[in-house]
Amino acid sequence: MKAPSFAYAKPASLAEALELLALPGAKALAGGQSLIPTLNMRLSSPELLVDITGLQGFSEIKVSNGPIRIGALVTHAQLEQSPEVKKHLPLLAQAVPHVAHTAIRNRGTLGGSLALADPAAEYPAVAVALEAVFEITSKTSIRRVDAAKFFKGLFETDLKAGELLTAVEFPAAKPADKSVFLELARRNGDYAIVGLAAHNDRFVFLGAGDRPVQFSFRNNLEEAKANLKASLKPPADLYNTSATKLHLAGVLLERAWNTR
Amino acid sequence: MEHALDITLTVNGTRVQHRVEPREHLVDFLREKLGLTGSHVGCEHGVCGACTLRVDGKIVRGCLMLAVQANGCRVDTVEGLSDSKELARLQKAFHEKNALQCGFCTPGMLLAAQDLVLKNKKFTREEIRQHISGNYCRCTGYQAIVDAIEEVVNG
Repeated sequence: MKAPSFAYAKPASLAEALELLALPGAKALAGGQSLIPTLNMRLSSPELLVDITGLQGFSEIKVSNGPIRIGALVTHAQLEQSPEVKKHLPLLAQAVPHVAHTAIRNRGTLGGSLALADPAAEYPAVAVALEAVFEITSKTSIRRVDAAKFFKGLFETDLKAGELLTAVEFPAAKPADKSVFLELARRNGDYAIVGLAAHNDRFVFLGAGDRPVQFSFRNNLEEAKANLKASLKPPADLYNTSATKLHLAGVLLERAWNTR
Repeated sequence: MEHALDITLTVNGTRVQHRVEPREHLVDFLREKLGLTGSHVGCEHGVCGACTLRVDGKIVRGCLMLAVQANGCRVDTVEGLSDSKELARLQKAFHEKNALQCGFCTPGMLLAAQDLVLKNKKFTREEIRQHISGNYCRCTGYQAIVDAIEEVVNG
């Protein structure tokens, strides 16, 4: 349970970081709260870790007239304590306390969680529900990708070798918007058995597929539940069968529907 | 030591310089290089909380941080916080309420609990339980630990 050997670099500039990330076997290290466990368990063996936490300008939450721009290095704890997030992104604010525990929230980052794309994690579902836009930077370009197109499968994203997720833009909530985040877990802070990020008509489930699973429900609850039952095929985990998860997804749907 | 790097950090108020391999976890560095064995190594993947440390004033998992990442940081361990008497009230309460049996989780539990004490406000038992939910105790069933923390934060 000790990490394999690797080289380590902590560049001070984005240009230098992108240069290093383009090397074969290089991997970006942000808060490390998912990467270091995978190293400890030898599920990953990079040759070079590029610690990006020394880069300036990616640790801020910026509010303007347009979308809320959150740097990839903003930690869960920063999101949790931010009055701006609470005010403009209530769905994200509701989701943060479900992310692990204080000691992990102090180091883990928004960008790290999204780039890992764990299907049971909270932020990917929130980003899809809010139609966030991801800013991806490489040595030669900056491109923008819609959240729904970023998640490609189990721990699989649209990020290519040498690219770095640098910021996320979330549309600010409007007064009439209704946001509800719900999650069922065995213990406080555990990974979700199943969770739901609901924003107006958009219902995005986590822990229910190989990526966030999106539905649009408008009419009535019974119809929505029938639709969910017909099309959601959640994969079983160590403790819960697919049928259990499907049932629990229906429970969350009903709770969210009645809360909105 | 092909990838070794020099780091400088402040541990319990003392400036320390060492050469470390990038793969070395902060908690292993503290235990093996500095002999500070109060922080325990349990699961080594961030689940149990036995390795809880304070880095630049914030609690972290010592097994999910590399020693090289602590370069330039201020690290506080249970040893330093005991010597400075910062943990004295919690330690007394843990003792009196029988909030430990084998003691393996206790250093991490004390650091997590002190994080609440420093917030300087009252907490419900539910909030205390939520805060220490990242620290596992396999002996006590938590009741006595919550009693001890409650006494200090609300007392």
